[in-house]
Amino acid sequence: MEAFLHQVFSGLATGGIYASLALALVMIYQSTNHINFAQGEMAMFSTYLAWSMINGGMPYWWAFLLTVLVSFVVGIVIERIIIRPVEDAPLLSVVTVFVALLVIFNSVAGWIFTYTIKTFPSPFPEQPPFGNRYISSHELGSIGITLVVLVALYLFFRFTPLGLAMRAAAQNPVSSRLAGIRVGWMLALGWGLAAAVGAVAGLLIAPVVYLEPNMMSGVLLYAFAAALVGGIDNPFGAVLGGFMVGVLENLIGAYVIGTELKLTVALVLIVGVLLFKPSGMFGKVFVSRV
Amino acid sequence: MSPRAWKRIGLGLLLAGAVALPFLVSNYRVFQFNMVLVYAIVLLGLNILTGYNGQISLGHGAFYAIGAYVAAILMEHFGWPYWATLPVAGLVCFVFGFLFGLPALRLRGHYLALATFALAVAMPQILKYKHIEQWTGGVQGIVILKPEPPFGLKITPDQWLYLFTLAILVLMFAIGWNLLRGRVGRALVAIRDHPVAAEAMGVHGALYKTLAFGVSALFTGVAGALGAVVVQFVAPDSFAAGLSINFLIGIVIGGVASISGAVYGALFIQFVPNFADEISKAAPWAIYGVFLLAFVYLMPGGVAGFVRLAWGRLAGARGKTKP
Repeated sequence: MEAFLHQVFSGLATGGIYASLALALVMIYQSTNHINFAQGEMAMFSTYLAWSMINGGMPYWWAFLLTVLVSFVVGIVIERIIIRPVEDAPLLSVVTVFVALLVIFNSVAGWIFTYTIKTFPSPFPEQPPFGNRYISSHELGSIGITLVVLVALYLFFRFTPLGLAMRAAAQNPVSSRLAGIRVGWMLALGWGLAAAVGAVAGLLIAPVVYLEPNMMSGVLLYAFAAALVGGIDNPFGAVLGGFMVGVLENLIGAYVIGTELKLTVALVLIVGVLLFKPSGMFGKVFVSRV
Repeated sequence: MSPRAWKRIGLGLLLAGAVALPFLVSNYRVFQFNMVLVYAIVLLGLNILTGYNGQISLGHGAFYAIGAYVAAILMEHFGWPYWATLPVAGLVCFVFGFLFGLPALRLRGHYLALATFALAVAMPQILKYKHIEQWTGGVQGIVILKPEPPFGLKITPDQWLYLFTLAILVLMFAIGWNLLRGRVGRALVAIRDHPVAAEAMGVHGALYKTLAFGVSALFTGVAGALGAVVVQFVAPDSFAAGLSINFLIGIVIGGVASISGAVYGALFIQFVPNFADEISKAAPWAIYGVFLLAFVYLMPGGVAGFVRLAWGRLAGARGKTKP
């Protein structure tokens, strides 16, 4: 029972990180209908930035804050310069651009920071909190930060004029433009926010999987699965999906098939959801008119 | 002479050059050009699916891996000769591709790219799975012996293998050309450009789409088997997600929906990493990325599109000078 609870809690912790990355994916999907294959590598690169800041002697939380800010700006710049020209291009061009971003971030990180695996500090104490035996401080902290990010985003989109404008631009670009919203900039802001949220996910997962240029490929796959399970156009669904996928991954890995086939679980989950319930648990069912 | 005759002469010269090539360069270069031929078959297969039919696959490395493993297992455990494994590898991949094509029918655009990408990422793990280890050799993989040239020919094994691969390539391209230049090709393009209209015209969308998946996987599987024989080794980690991304890069650089583009793309993915490797281990991928962006923005037709454009200009200029 104890081992089971332990698996569930650590599943919730990694699930929180999948949830953050899934949230980033959903944010871009909602406004542009694109699935950003480079989201994981962008997060990985942000984590490297934080690593060099911390190694340069900056306190953890300052580095955290600065990394999130820099990622936000970089996200906006990428949308404006690289994604903008292919906004209305055929799908293959869009996917190709995402793949290009993926390999560029991956190789540049390898080039600058080398491929050796690095440890990444956790801001939370090493002892488990309140003397419990089920969950470590880092796991609890990750879940907490994920929830804080989620609430902050909810408040932003629900109660600020800018958030309202962004939602409007995503829902109906043409009418929004007529109402005076600068739709292009709203999309760029969405990319910035996604990059920032992704950076948070990268910083939280790095102490667990260790820092190296390929650290996010598995995580990204789980985030995809999470976003799909929850419904790729529903932020809350994506977060819930993230926690579910995290727990499921841990339990199946521990009790059913062992850890070697963990990525296959994500594959089966992705194909299964797409086949049987393409809109996920909370997504809108999409009907196209001829 | 008609442009068609010119084309035939050009093709004949190209083929003659390709046959002569292994006798002019070192054995290592022969091996490299051999891989170019293998990749060209893959890229043609991927182009049938992604270029002509518009179904984006980021997972063709998985079919390549299946083809390679089928060949290796048949040779290692059943003592088959290398040439006999090709049809089996193709057939097995056709079945796998067809089966993967069935759920893919319900996935459009990004989702399909995503599902195939997941397949590519998961493939090495599946190949390492311990319950099939007695067949696949687990992490170690399988070592294959290099075939000797038959009929007592006085050439090196590398040269023989190159010529053998070239013959298969010509066969596969002939099949591909006939497939794409006729009724089937038009149906595939119609489905890509406007699925609803294609259905209304009487094109059986689901059938063509799954068949395109199967045939595409068949090409890739045959190439995978050839690749295994050429490299003389299969192991799970040589079929990581990067391989599938390589193939996508190949068709984008070579030219989407173009038969000749497969060759340009294959040359690119074989030789550019070689040159770039000298700069840094990470450089090939960085250069790939930059090339990809540049091609998407500046030359969406790839090298094949550029050649066609240049050829058209030349022919046009010649036409103008004539009265």
